[in-house]
Amino acid sequence: MNDQAPMRDDTLPVQDDRPIKLLCKDVWKVFGDGAKQFMAKHNGTPTAEEMSNAKMVGAVRHASLEVRRGENFIVMGLSGSGKSTLVRCLSRLIEPTWGTIEFDGIDLLKASPEALIEIRRHRMGMVFQHFALLPHLTVLENIAFPLSVQGVERKAREARARKVIELVGLGGREQFYPRELSGGQQQRVGIARSLAVEPEIWFLDEPFSALDPLIRREMQSELLRLQSVLKKTIVFITHDFDEAIRLADRVAIMKDGQIIQIGTPEELVLHPATDYVAEFTRDVQRAKVMSAARLMRPQLSSAEYGGTVKATDKISSFAAHIVGVRKNFLVTTAEGKPVGEVAPDDVIDLLADRDQLREARA
Amino acid sequence: MSVADTAMPSRAPSISAPTMIWAAAIAIVAILYLVPSVAPWAVKYPMSAVIPVADWISVLMAWLKTNFTWLTRGITDIFNVPLQWAINILAKGWKFGYGPDAVVFPRLSWIGVCAAFAIAGYAFGGWRLASVAAACMIYIALFGQWESAMLTLALIAISVPLCIVIGAALGVLAFRKPWIDRVIIEPMLDLMQTMPTFAYLIPMLLLFGNSPVSGMLATAVFAMPPMVRATILALKRVPHEIDDFGEMVGCTPRQKLLRVLLPSGRATMMIGVNQVIMLALNMVIISSMIGAGGLGYDVLLALRALKIGQGMEAGLAIVALAIVLDRLSQAAVRPRPALHTLDLNFVQRNPMLTLAVGLLIVTTALSLFVPAFAAVPAAIKVSTAPWWKAAVDWINIHFFDAIEAFRTFLLLYILNPIRDFLVAFPWLGMVLLVGLAAYRLSGVRLAILVVLMTSFCAVTGLWEKSMATLYLCGVSAIIAAFFGIALGIAASRNDRFAAFLTPVLDTLQTLPSFCFIIPVVMLFRVGDVTAMIATILFAIVPAIRYTNHGIRQIPENLIEAATVSGCTPRQMFWRVQLPLALPEIMLGINQTVLLALSMIIICAMIGTRDLGQEVFIALAKADAGRGLTAGFAIAFIGIVSDRLLRASTDRLQSRLGLV
Ligand SMILES: Nc1ncnc2c1ncn2[C@@H]1O[C@H](COP(=O)(O)OP(=O)(O)O)[C@@H](O)[C@H]1O
Ligand SMILES: [Mg+2]
Repeated sequence: MNDQAPMRDDTLPVQDDRPIKLLCKDVWKVFGDGAKQFMAKHNGTPTAEEMSNAKMVGAVRHASLEVRRGENFIVMGLSGSGKSTLVRCLSRLIEPTWGTIEFDGIDLLKASPEALIEIRRHRMGMVFQHFALLPHLTVLENIAFPLSVQGVERKAREARARKVIELVGLGGREQFYPRELSGGQQQRVGIARSLAVEPEIWFLDEPFSALDPLIRREMQSELLRLQSVLKKTIVFITHDFDEAIRLADRVAIMKDGQIIQIGTPEELVLHPATDYVAEFTRDVQRAKVMSAARLMRPQLSSAEYGGTVKATDKISSFAAHIVGVRKNFLVTTAEGKPVGEVAPDDVIDLLADRDQLREARA
Repeated sequence: MSVADTAMPSRAPSISAPTMIWAAAIAIVAILYLVPSVAPWAVKYPMSAVIPVADWISVLMAWLKTNFTWLTRGITDIFNVPLQWAINILAKGWKFGYGPDAVVFPRLSWIGVCAAFAIAGYAFGGWRLASVAAACMIYIALFGQWESAMLTLALIAISVPLCIVIGAALGVLAFRKPWIDRVIIEPMLDLMQTMPTFAYLIPMLLLFGNSPVSGMLATAVFAMPPMVRATILALKRVPHEIDDFGEMVGCTPRQKLLRVLLPSGRATMMIGVNQVIMLALNMVIISSMIGAGGLGYDVLLALRALKIGQGMEAGLAIVALAIVLDRLSQAAVRPRPALHTLDLNFVQRNPMLTLAVGLLIVTTALSLFVPAFAAVPAAIKVSTAPWWKAAVDWINIHFFDAIEAFRTFLLLYILNPIRDFLVAFPWLGMVLLVGLAAYRLSGVRLAILVVLMTSFCAVTGLWEKSMATLYLCGVSAIIAAFFGIALGIAASRNDRFAAFLTPVLDTLQTLPSFCFIIPVVMLFRVGDVTAMIATILFAIVPAIRYTNHGIRQIPENLIEAATVSGCTPRQMFWRVQLPLALPEIMLGINQTVLLALSMIIICAMIGTRDLGQEVFIALAKADAGRGLTAGFAIAFIGIVSDRLLRASTDRLQSRLGLV
């Protein structure tokens, strides 16, 4: 066996130089009488004890994050952890008690009502857990509704609506009413409706949580497919860790109103910040979150490779292949420049979850 | 703490403080009652101290009348236009020009109207509803009530939209500004819903004269509260995600209200519309007394002349109209299968509407040439009046003695003693007891409210009449509650009985209060017994409904738990089902009491001697002060009983841990 251990440190190409789309700095949402004064009195840093003494409920506490253009940003937490409150702050559906939110460099909390209406009309879209379709409108009218609110004339908005209906695969249902559709179809309408205005940022608050598991998987694939075409900036809320790692570029994990860790699924799995995060990641199959780069040895030793993979490819995507061929695979950058190789034994160890064993041996 | 400590007998008095207070209060009242000479002013309110509220109101009304004639005239003229249109289209026909050159354009043909109702029934609810609608309308036509019924319909057609628009606007206002709701709208609705129907008529009569417009306005005001309430409820019930959605697509506040919130609450609002229609029908009938005309007027004339047959016939026409309007407006809300096709023109999208309009036009045009289309031909008209009369005569001949004995027995041994007891009851004692009950049930605020309202009845000099109202209303409500609960329990235990009862209750509930009087008058003639029986029939429905529902809604797992722990059916009923259903049953009783109160007042027409009579006399004399004062007294009795019953329901619920 090759005695050079696979690379396990964090010299991964995580450097992200895409511009920041949404910036959220030290945001608090506190419920209670005189919450604003309370926060001001404590300079925006009350302790948990001070809050409970003043009978304040901190639904979101000290939340900071940034979402980059085109990123799939997932907020994950159990129910009641403050995810919805956070996303409602980010879209300013409710006023944060403290902190700043910048959207494309604009201070969202200072935007006038008119400016806010403009931003929402043209640049934001939202999908809701229980679909929030208007019961008195047909699928077509529901999807064209955001445009009609803007005053787009009928022909143009219906043409646009038909386009997104095709995009989400609902062709032929234009004249149905929401009550005549299944849950999955209703959420497709919700998604189509939020895409009708071509938003720059797309908020999805547990969009698939009300659906059956099978439909949920199908909708997740659908979302990935749409995103590969549309490349929106996504803020996606879920309480399902599997869903999070399936869809995420990065995940923020929330507990009791606080963000306890932000990172790629790989980082969360390999370096959980707290026991709480570790608890979530314990049962995750490593091969699904780890990329070839993680297992790569930075050398080009053999003359003949069984195959070629990209450094960013998930190991699960080629595991069966490499184990079958039993030869090293060449690892390249996205542009095709060779950077190293992956050995089948390392993949087998990973699949068998034997890395702790090996570390102990080493 | 040691066991010995807790085991020590407590030294608290064996009689608790509340019991002492109650005992003291009852003792005081008993002394006042038995020995009035101790404090005569506390027993019978002194005439010299009567506050002339009635005079003040009269002065205010006179001032309004002299200073705002321009306004009231203007309003009358404005509303008269659509009203006359509706009346002409439906009932009277149009006449242009004068004398021999006059061009007459006929009213809608009765055949066309019957067909249109049937088509509406078909469109909303299939063949069944179509045949119900057609049968009811044809009944009205064949039994010679067409013109009056169309007049009634015209009044409804104009006042209902007015009600809906204003009611929805008030509902939106209340939703947007909770303090306005709390301070103005909620108390106003309470008062409007407990004010007797007659009391609305008097100020309208004074301000707008003896015309259909004042009847229409009284109807609009009377029928509005459910629309306001339904709108508030509909807006509150819109899921918050829909609200958020409205924000997120960048709706302006107006867009959000009109295009997102109100349409989403459509189903709830339509329940309000149905209630508005039914209340409007009820009120249109009653407002015929101030010159609105229509079916109510026919009943009134017949009742006055004791023409039982005619009264019954017109009454049944009201029933037919009520059933049609209720069923159609309920069915109109139910979602219908959608047409999943695109690019249809108007006719293709609305085939039924087109057909109905087409038929109306064709038949109306035909009525210019064929008289049978214009008016129901005498040859096919039927009158059941003689038949009804014969039936009543037959009953009276064969059962007069039995009925009379029953009536006398009730009067002599039950009704009159209760009446005498209550009328002689010391007013201050009553105020004290009611106030104490309110204090114990809820607190100081409710106590102050009920003390003020009860005192109002005394200080305006209406004490005896208030007590007479209380007596008749109380007796009727208690009997209605008793039978209602019994029937409700029976319905809750037997599905077939419940299935039989449901349509009967539905129908009873849609009938205008007027209709209950007619058959009872036939058998028991006028007087307290008739009033009582009519009131019981009118007020029994909620008691049955809520009892049935209350028992049926008890969670299955509780029943199973009780069964597993070995309850006998009797124990199950008395110790599990009844206590758990009690809060619902109390709600039903509350409604029964309010309905009984409203009915008792209407019974003034058949000669009861209470506050209703006071309003009725005031109406005849167009004395606004007297009528409104009595109206307030009635409303206050209703509000006091409502608040006390609600407070006891709340207490019961919190004791059962249901809230
Ligand atoms: N309007 C409110 N008033 C008081 N507390 C609230 C309010 N809205 C949310 N909360 C509290 O904030 C916490 C987070 O709620 P939410 O953001 O809906 O959680 P999640 O979406 O993660 O399930 C909950 O504990 C909830 O009780
Ligand atoms: Mg949530």
